[in-house]
Amino acid sequence: MIWTSLDSWIVIAAALAGASAALVGAFLVLEKMSMMGDAISHAVLPGIAIAFILTGSRVGGPVLVGAAGFGVLASMLVHVIRRAGRLDDGAAMGVVFTVLFAVGLILIEQAARHVDIHPDHVLFGSVELVPLTVVEIGSLVIPRGVVVLSAVLLVDLVVVILFFKELRLVTFDPAVATTLGFNATWLHYLLMTLVALTTVAAFEVVGSILVIAMLVVPAAIAHLVTRRLAPFLFVSVGSALLAAVLGHVAAITIPPRFGFEDTSTAGTMATVLGLLFFVALLAAPERGLLTRAWTMLSRRMIVRTQDVLGLLARASERPDRDGLSPSELRMAHRSPFAGRATGLWIGLFLLRVRGLVRSDGGRYHLTDRGRPAARRVLRVHRLWERFFHDVGKVRLVDLHPAADYLEHYTDSRLRDELEKEFAGSDTDPRGNPLP
Amino acid sequence: MMTDRFMRVLTLADYNTRIVMFGTVLLGIAGGVIGTFLLLRRRALLADAVSHAALPGVAGAFLVAVAMGVDARSLPLLLAGALVSGLLGMGCVMLITRFTRLSQDAALGIVLSVFFGFGAALLGIVQKMRGAQAAGLNSFIYGSAASMIRTDALLIGLAAAVVIVVAALLFKEFRLLTFDAAFAAVDGWPAGRLDLLLMSLVVAITVLGLQAVGIVLVIAILIVPAASARFWTESLRVMVLVAALIGAVGSYLGTAISALAPRLPAGAVIVAALGTLFLVSFLFGGSRGVVRAVITRDRAIRRTVRQNLLRMLYECEESGMDHDADEQMRYLSASRRWTAARLRSALGRLEREGLVYRVPGEPWQLTRTGRYEAMRVTRNHRLWEVYLLEYADTAAAHVDQGADYIEHVLGDALVAELEEAVPGYGRTLPPSPHSLVQDEQGGAS
Repeated sequence: MIWTSLDSWIVIAAALAGASAALVGAFLVLEKMSMMGDAISHAVLPGIAIAFILTGSRVGGPVLVGAAGFGVLASMLVHVIRRAGRLDDGAAMGVVFTVLFAVGLILIEQAARHVDIHPDHVLFGSVELVPLTVVEIGSLVIPRGVVVLSAVLLVDLVVVILFFKELRLVTFDPAVATTLGFNATWLHYLLMTLVALTTVAAFEVVGSILVIAMLVVPAAIAHLVTRRLAPFLFVSVGSALLAAVLGHVAAITIPPRFGFEDTSTAGTMATVLGLLFFVALLAAPERGLLTRAWTMLSRRMIVRTQDVLGLLARASERPDRDGLSPSELRMAHRSPFAGRATGLWIGLFLLRVRGLVRSDGGRYHLTDRGRPAARRVLRVHRLWERFFHDVGKVRLVDLHPAADYLEHYTDSRLRDELEKEFAGSDTDPRGNPLP
Repeated sequence: MMTDRFMRVLTLADYNTRIVMFGTVLLGIAGGVIGTFLLLRRRALLADAVSHAALPGVAGAFLVAVAMGVDARSLPLLLAGALVSGLLGMGCVMLITRFTRLSQDAALGIVLSVFFGFGAALLGIVQKMRGAQAAGLNSFIYGSAASMIRTDALLIGLAAAVVIVVAALLFKEFRLLTFDAAFAAVDGWPAGRLDLLLMSLVVAITVLGLQAVGIVLVIAILIVPAASARFWTESLRVMVLVAALIGAVGSYLGTAISALAPRLPAGAVIVAALGTLFLVSFLFGGSRGVVRAVITRDRAIRRTVRQNLLRMLYECEESGMDHDADEQMRYLSASRRWTAARLRSALGRLEREGLVYRVPGEPWQLTRTGRYEAMRVTRNHRLWEVYLLEYADTAAAHVDQGADYIEHVLGDALVAELEEAVPGYGRTLPPSPHSLVQDEQGGAS
């Protein structure tokens, strides 16, 4: 890999675009308006084409103005068509952005006879060309795109920081905001203006598809990871920055491995974002699919081992018993392992690994370390029986199932409460001793 | 010369034009039919995600074909790749909405941009391959009917015909699913499988449309005809037919124009043609068209103004304030707070209708027909007031306003019912239950 200052500028431009898009996109996703970004970024094409035909320049103020104008026009048209045709948002957007994009394509095709422009620039962006147009600020020579994107990011940041409290209120509960006498509509349009500005500025550099990716995917990642707004914004912006760096590295390193030349950076950045989303989907704390599966699995493991310990503790109360064999564990009175050979096997295996249980010629015994743990399980079980009997007035026959369930979900605080409650008694309702 | 070519295209004189036209028009019809159900299921943008998700499939199939040394431009191969990754994209949307708390539109945005981005990365590789004929792939993004060869057009047309036949056979089932999926399921229909079939047809149309219309715009052939048809009718059967017709005409015009101007991207031209038809429907549609709505509203406003003014003139006469032109003007402008200009224009209209007249400087007088009409209007108003007083326990001070809302939409049948409900007035005009003279605040005292 050969890394030049060009590559640095590309990554900086993409990171700036990504950060500002991810910042405003967070609110777009929270307000369930993700596809509005898609519609706007397609619908601005005629604006760009017209500005281009009039000025002959592919970048600069007129293009921004034309694009923003058509962005606003598109959102108004969506509103009008939805109202008049009583159509849903999606359909109205679908009509508006396809037709406007088509008109834009035709205009650009007309213009392209005279000057160099191609719809690809709009769709895929031309982040690779960013370092080629520079401006001089003092003694610094900086790509023009970087300057524009920095300004946009600054505006986004200032607005979000100034109105953070209000934005949080309006995003999470517009009804409460209205009740508090807060003008949610005004803030909503402020947000839409930011989205339009950011979209237009960013896709001039990175293309409309990557803009949508940067608006929606980082916010979706944050949605999986956290529920609080401030961390939400940090995760969102952070994953956009990460994707900008990794995306460009991937674009210039991966294809050569397979004997090809490098590829479109915008495309690989979107791909990296997709992969990050996939990772978050699987491994996000609390809500990741694997995380949830693991939580469930480990809880089940705890239940299995506690069940085995409980059975062994009961057996050790009877002097004539010398440990239990697997089949005795399954056949024991009210054994949770009746018909569950695999569960028993797993429970025994985990306990042996942890050194709480030892096997002795096919019979299982508690070790010295296992004995207190087993006693604690049995004690909690019987304390619960006491509780249900004394406080809940539950019949004797129904005590066991309830206690059997709760014994696995009793943490140390709950156990202390139980101990305090029944400090005076030393037997369970049937007269068995509390170990 | 130009007109000659134009006629040759429009009349399908060339065999090639005829074949391409066959493909795109059938596609337009199928798009209109399936799009109607898609639109009414409120899933319009799902097709957008599917079409964007097809790009990595197209580019991937191209790379695989090159690696295996077969002709990489074979349409069935590329479409198969598109189908696989399009279905994968739809599956991802469903998984994301099922397993996370993200809303469907976020799921659409994610799938659309990530798949398309990945496709763009693959495309970037393809375009820099030495000696690769990657030009054909660009037509998948912007659409190009001109590059369609005969077998391609036949394939697309026949597949679209199959989709149309399936939709026609399952019309009843799809209708049920569209309007009440929950009821369909309770009623014992395999709603889940029907939905899956409908979405598969959507994917099929999307993939078939890729070459002619292009990835970015292909959802237009599903959404735009159906959305246009929405402005023409309230019946599903008619809506399907209108959407099919609009789809066919749009495709025909678009293909013809792009055959004449091959430089223009065919997809954009087809969509622009469809967009024009949408605009026509939006403005002039017989059911929800804007012009019709404006005319209807305008007519209702005019009728209301006319009836209000007639009643005001009659009541002015009744309360004996019509002897002096100034006094009458004060009465008229106080009771509804109309501007002088509005009052003048409304009076002018009545005069043209021959319902009122005046000698200059004198107060306005009702003509014979005018008085008859004014009494009819006033009678409706008062019958309703009496009804409100007797049956709805409305206070006398409020009945005037209540009756005001309803009197203009009372039909003959309703008036007959009113007469039965408030008997005792016969064909006569009941007296007003409240004072007709306006107080200082302008409300009825």
